[in-house]
Amino acid sequence: MAAISREEVAHLARLSRLAVTEEELDTFAGQLDTILQAVAQVGEVAAADIPPTSHSVPLTNVLREDVVVPGLTPAEALSGAPDAEEQRFRVPRILDEDVAS
Amino acid sequence: MTTTLPAYDEVVARYEPVIGLETHVELGTNTKMFCGCPTDFGGEPNTRVCPVCLGLPGSLPVANKAAIEATIRIGLALNCSIADWCRFARKNYFYPDMPKNYQISQYDEPLCVDGYLDVEVNGELVRIGVERVHLEEDTGKTLHVGGATGRIHGATESLVDYNRAGIPLVEIVTKPVPGTGALAPEVARAYVAELRDVIRSLGVSDVRMEEGSLRCDVNTSLNLPGEEWGTRTETKNVNSLRSVERAVRSEILRQASVLDGGGRITQETRHFQEDTGDTRPGRSKETATDYRYFPEPDLVPLAPDAAWVAELKAALPELPRLHRRRLQADWGLSDADMQSVLNAGAVELIEATVAAGATPAAARKWWLGELSRRANEAGIELADVGATPGQVAELQSLVDAGKLNDKLARTVLEGVVGGEGSPTEIMTNRGLEVVSDTGALTAAVDEAIAANPAIADKVRSGKVAAAGALVGAVMKTTRGQADAKTVRDLILERLGA
Ligand SMILES: [Zn+2]
Repeated sequence: MAAISREEVAHLARLSRLAVTEEELDTFAGQLDTILQAVAQVGEVAAADIPPTSHSVPLTNVLREDVVVPGLTPAEALSGAPDAEEQRFRVPRILDEDVAS
Repeated sequence: MTTTLPAYDEVVARYEPVIGLETHVELGTNTKMFCGCPTDFGGEPNTRVCPVCLGLPGSLPVANKAAIEATIRIGLALNCSIADWCRFARKNYFYPDMPKNYQISQYDEPLCVDGYLDVEVNGELVRIGVERVHLEEDTGKTLHVGGATGRIHGATESLVDYNRAGIPLVEIVTKPVPGTGALAPEVARAYVAELRDVIRSLGVSDVRMEEGSLRCDVNTSLNLPGEEWGTRTETKNVNSLRSVERAVRSEILRQASVLDGGGRITQETRHFQEDTGDTRPGRSKETATDYRYFPEPDLVPLAPDAAWVAELKAALPELPRLHRRRLQADWGLSDADMQSVLNAGAVELIEATVAAGATPAAARKWWLGELSRRANEAGIELADVGATPGQVAELQSLVDAGKLNDKLARTVLEGVVGGEGSPTEIMTNRGLEVVSDTGALTAAVDEAIAANPAIADKVRSGKVAAAGALVGAVMKTTRGQADAKTVRDLILERLGA
């Protein structure tokens, strides 16, 4: 059985705002399925006594002191922006999700 | 849709409301959550940004120790258990207020869980369960241009300022609160007020609703007695304590009206309207939100040391509710008097004024009297009225020393509020000190007696009450800068009465 369906790929593409054609959906669904199956093999090796990890290095509590460090000037900050106005990043408006969390 | 809303009392007699609150608090750390950018309020756009909070490729976040500590302290003050191990998570969403396209938050492993906060409503304690307290980063600010704003670009552009993006934000989520009946709106308000006071007492945020450093979402549902809880709505844009109360009340009425009409409540996000006091639906989302949370790979897990947590717990300040009770006893106030101090937002101000040397009665008199009147007139918070507790205590010490009478003290206070300096400076600079030079006063008294022979005779013949007119005359010539009692004594002495 496939690890990821064509519908799930379409859903993820929509969430990522990627325009994916019907043909590409077939291609990507197949490719992602291969990747997920390979990852699943790793999962099979992991025994019950091996806890799942989200980080490759077993570290905890990497923290910084609350001290201000100089950042970028507005000009530097906006230098890579496609467009700017009033010292702000200018982007297309996202109409259907007006209020974020 | 216009429908007539049913009466509130009648609605809460038939339906049982269940409320829940989600509160966001911006921490008052020096720097952002994951980078060293400053957090101070009100800078020019994009002046407090760096590669980390702009989400530039190759940058890596590192968590702010002070923010972790502040969150643990909030959790402890809310009687939560502190996780011995937890992680940050990515909350993915497509909106330009976060430049990374995700917000670093916490998902199924919050830092603090399962606590409560006791709040007092009408003299009774209500225990509000706290589901979780977690840490995340605030978003940037977007400004939509065109269309409704009348700009010519058309309504298709947003301008984004990332100064606020990455400021540490603590989210506090209550458990559902059933069983409050008609008091649901007051309980919601009391909870937010108490939470605000707790967080302020910890000194981790200035918790100002009007400036957005404390933001609140209110969940409301209705059910018939004995039935399951109803579908809840979430009301956003609730920006004051009064609005919290109004939002719950209006949502109870609206839902009752829908249910009475045979309709069903839609689970949705609604927006509170400050002007009308009701809620309106937000934009409906076509599909359920899918944030695809996963553990943040750029940050390592947090494992707060048990000894550190114990140390933080031992150092917690007295809870505001208990602290207030102790102050009330110290100040010798009735419940009603204490309530007016609370309503005026004067507890901490009076406390600090007393600490600076004034008596509780004098401190209360200035803050609840003249200064509250000025704050109300200006429509500002009492704390922002322009006088400090130290200045009020100094003013009172001048009154106690006989250098200022009540009228002069009010004039000096006016100067203090106007930023003219300390009470002593204003008294000296404006020449407002009470005339205590007996020679000068005696001259003024003799002058008044000479100018009003008929009144003087009356006083001589024993009608002491008539002396009031002479006192008035002396006060006039000294431009109010004499102590009325001293003047009166002098007059009676001169007239042998
Ligand atoms: Zn930064």
